[in-house]
Amino acid sequence: MIPAAFEYYRPKDMEGVLAILEEHGDDARVMAGGHSLIPMMKLRMAEVPHLIDLQDVEGLSGITVADTIRIGAMTTQNALINDAALEAAAPILKEAALQIADPQVRYMGTLGGNVANGDPGNDMPGLMQCLDATFHLVGPEGERDVSARDFYEAAYMTDREDEEVLTAVSFPAPQGGFAYEKQKRKIGDYATAAAAVQIVKDGGTCTGAQIAMTNLSDTPIYSEEASEALVGTSVDDAAIKAAIDAMLGDIDPTEDNRGPIAFKKHVAGVILRRAIERAWSRA
Amino acid sequence: MSDKMHIKLNVNGKDEEFLAEPRELLIHTLRERLDITGPHIGCETTHCGACTVTIDGKSVKSCTMFLAQANGAEITTIEGMGEPDNLHVLQSSFKEHHGLQCGFCTPGMITRAAKLLEENPNPTEEDVRFGMAGNICRCTGYQNIVKSILAAAAEMNSAKEAAE
Ligand SMILES: Cc1cc2nc3c(=O)[nH]c(=O)nc-3n(C[C@H](O)[C@H](O)[C@H](O)COP(=O)(O)OP(=O)(O)OC[C@H]3O[C@@H](n4cnc5c(N)ncnc54)[C@H](O)[C@@H]3O)c2cc1C
Ligand code: FES
Ligand code: FES
Repeated sequence: MIPAAFEYYRPKDMEGVLAILEEHGDDARVMAGGHSLIPMMKLRMAEVPHLIDLQDVEGLSGITVADTIRIGAMTTQNALINDAALEAAAPILKEAALQIADPQVRYMGTLGGNVANGDPGNDMPGLMQCLDATFHLVGPEGERDVSARDFYEAAYMTDREDEEVLTAVSFPAPQGGFAYEKQKRKIGDYATAAAAVQIVKDGGTCTGAQIAMTNLSDTPIYSEEASEALVGTSVDDAAIKAAIDAMLGDIDPTEDNRGPIAFKKHVAGVILRRAIERAWSRA
Repeated sequence: MSDKMHIKLNVNGKDEEFLAEPRELLIHTLRERLDITGPHIGCETTHCGACTVTIDGKSVKSCTMFLAQANGAEITTIEGMGEPDNLHVLQSSFKEHHGLQCGFCTPGMITRAAKLLEENPNPTEEDVRFGMAGNICRCTGYQNIVKSILAAAAEMNSAKEAAE
């Protein structure tokens, strides 16, 4: 499996990247870890006549932890797992990253590539929606911010323009309990269903909840209604059922090799219940 | 066809320099250009881990890296780990504990296991199974692979203690 030939570029700064993107338009594409793009190029499902490798571009990786957490686009999944400050401030990132692929893929795959890719199977987009993250883009017109909850339009279609590059994501340091639950056919597989949940508890009452689902529609789904169904309750069985019903109204799974629609909805409900219960127990 | 690139690699401590197309996959460079045939091609689709090598301190499936990406890198393959008459601890441990049957997955297993033990010298059985999840074996059922890696960890640790 050899991909079609391409010109290879490894610019050292963003100006260099943007210049190539502008010159070649649709024919140029950036590559981060390559672990979504290279398999597609080998299958010749993606053709990239001008390939821009971001590995040497300065300032694209690293994690800053404060009231707002900022993670550079080229930060690998392996780096997310091994950052002690990030684990203390936002442990859901490690919990999710450990459920992505396998160790070899996690050394190469980046947060930026995972969220920019637009594959509904990717785990980070749903997580970013749960955390109400902001994506930072740069293009020929300058910098621009987009909410993760507004970024995804359809499978492989995002709000990012062809000549824009994602530089970082940021999100407010999450509060309360958390859980990333994922059902997969085997270790290393994409989700049949996954849920990202953050819950804030005050006394015995839920005062805030954020729920997002993965691989159950052609985009990740942030379920406002499911989140609201928990707020003001003691997260008892009735509240969890209401949240699951609301979530099921928001997702739109299709039948594929992971199962028929009824099965996916069933799994989505089971996974969300587990995630809510675990997040609540940690809140 | 795109222009050939000037490539420099250090593979198992030896500098290599040649011209090649950027789309060449690293596994083909190793096997066909440099005659380093320890890393195997099991699936070509990033699933089996038979092609695993160490690149600048990371375990990587070399069927999923363009040669151009690896330009300038330091690469270690199974050939760089031991010699037939001077085996690496992991190699002798796999031999002793029957960590292989056909042996096709073994170079990838051992290369990956070496990195795992470097990062976590005292792994539990679960750590080993989780850390080896990117490597598939069709023969052994994994039991003896896990045993071999745990035994190698113990041996490396007691050798370290003895040296101290
Ligand atoms: C065997 C296997 C199993 C996997 N399992 C999972 C899984 O369970 N869950 C999961 O989430 N993922 C999974 N993945 C995908 C993996 O996590 C990828 O690494 C990730 O989706 C993409 O990250 P990357 O850095 O490799 O991006 P690349 O492959 O380099 O890029 C992906 C896409 O994003 C674009 N892009 C990359 N960076 C930027 C940027 N900074 N700005 C703009 N566009 C950019 C590229 O142009 C390309 O279109 C799996 C991959 C493999 C091979
Ligand atoms: S040949 Fe590379 S992962 Fe199977
Ligand atoms: S020993 Fe045969 S594939 Fe592992």
